[in-house]
Amino acid sequence: MMVLVVGAGRVGSAVAKSSLAAGHTVSVLDEDPLSHERLDAGQATSWEDSGGRFTVGTAIEIDALLAAGVEEADVFIAATRGDNTNLLVAQIAQKRFGVDHVIVRVLDPARSDWYAEQGLHTICAVKLGIAMFQTAILDIAEN
Amino acid sequence: MYVVVVGGGKVGLNLARELIRNGQEVTLVEGDRRAYLRIEQELEHAIQYGDGTELWVLERAGIQRADLVVAVTGDDEDNILICQVAKEKYLCERIIARCNNPRNLQHFKLLGIQPAVSATDLILNLIEHEVPGHGLVHLLDLPDEKLEIIEVEVTQGAPAAGLQVSDIDLPDGSLIISVLPRGKAGFVPKGDTVINPGDEVLVVLDPGLEPHITAQFAPNGRTG
Repeated sequence: MMVLVVGAGRVGSAVAKSSLAAGHTVSVLDEDPLSHERLDAGQATSWEDSGGRFTVGTAIEIDALLAAGVEEADVFIAATRGDNTNLLVAQIAQKRFGVDHVIVRVLDPARSDWYAEQGLHTICAVKLGIAMFQTAILDIAEN
Repeated sequence: MYVVVVGGGKVGLNLARELIRNGQEVTLVEGDRRAYLRIEQELEHAIQYGDGTELWVLERAGIQRADLVVAVTGDDEDNILICQVAKEKYLCERIIARCNNPRNLQHFKLLGIQPAVSATDLILNLIEHEVPGHGLVHLLDLPDEKLEIIEVEVTQGAPAAGLQVSDIDLPDGSLIISVLPRGKAGFVPKGDTVINPGDEVLVVLDPGLEPHITAQFAPNGRTG
């Protein structure tokens, strides 16, 4: 299946690499050409030589999304550093391009919950982090 | 009327100022601490500090009871999402969004964020209005009502030139509401009013009929 990852930061590049390793077609879109280095880091061959695609462009520009292959995408991952960019581009992928599976990274727990209720598949690392801290404190208190 | 304005830049601050002067209750939300402190000296309790895309900030500003939410930050993503939660989460009936980059207008439309005001487009429309020999100019778009009002200058040799209003082949869903002869006062035409080349006519129409209108009044004019 074809996975389009928008945002090649720590999260996006790691998800892109593991998806490629799992045998999927992977295309990455990021506005910073240098972000490509994250895709090459720690790999035996370059991102392109491994079969990956990389496009430089802004997430909410339709031309950039088209160049990155949004029309062929089965899975769309919005993983830029900005919640608002992610929430907007995810809805563009879902409502304009009809991508079947849209997953969006949201740091703000409150909006992650609300947009999940509206039908977006949100992933909130902050919520997970908070829960882990709470568990850790509970463990310490009990022992 | 209670208005929440998000974004304390030039647009937001002046808007808040004018609304307050007109006796409206206003809360301005600004996320930059320096800008907030500066504006607070003038607006006092009418400004709150915080990221206006966060729900708790909007709730603290009283978005639940707002009659109108205006999102005028310099960031189109922010403006879209502020208006989206205002409308869909807090059920605010009226929203107005600022569109900074006209290329993003399609995203506002996609998510039903209307009206979206683009200063660039407004100025472009005004420029087209001033350029002589222009074709068709949008004066007013009411997407919810599915109506628009356009202005078109009648060109030499156009099918409608020299005809009475009642004889012009206009599509259903369109109506000439005003005729502005060059250098004279405009008026509401009757069926026997003759349309002359050089006249400007205002037409109210269903969206999508523009090509038919252009074909009748300005087949050789530029559309805009």
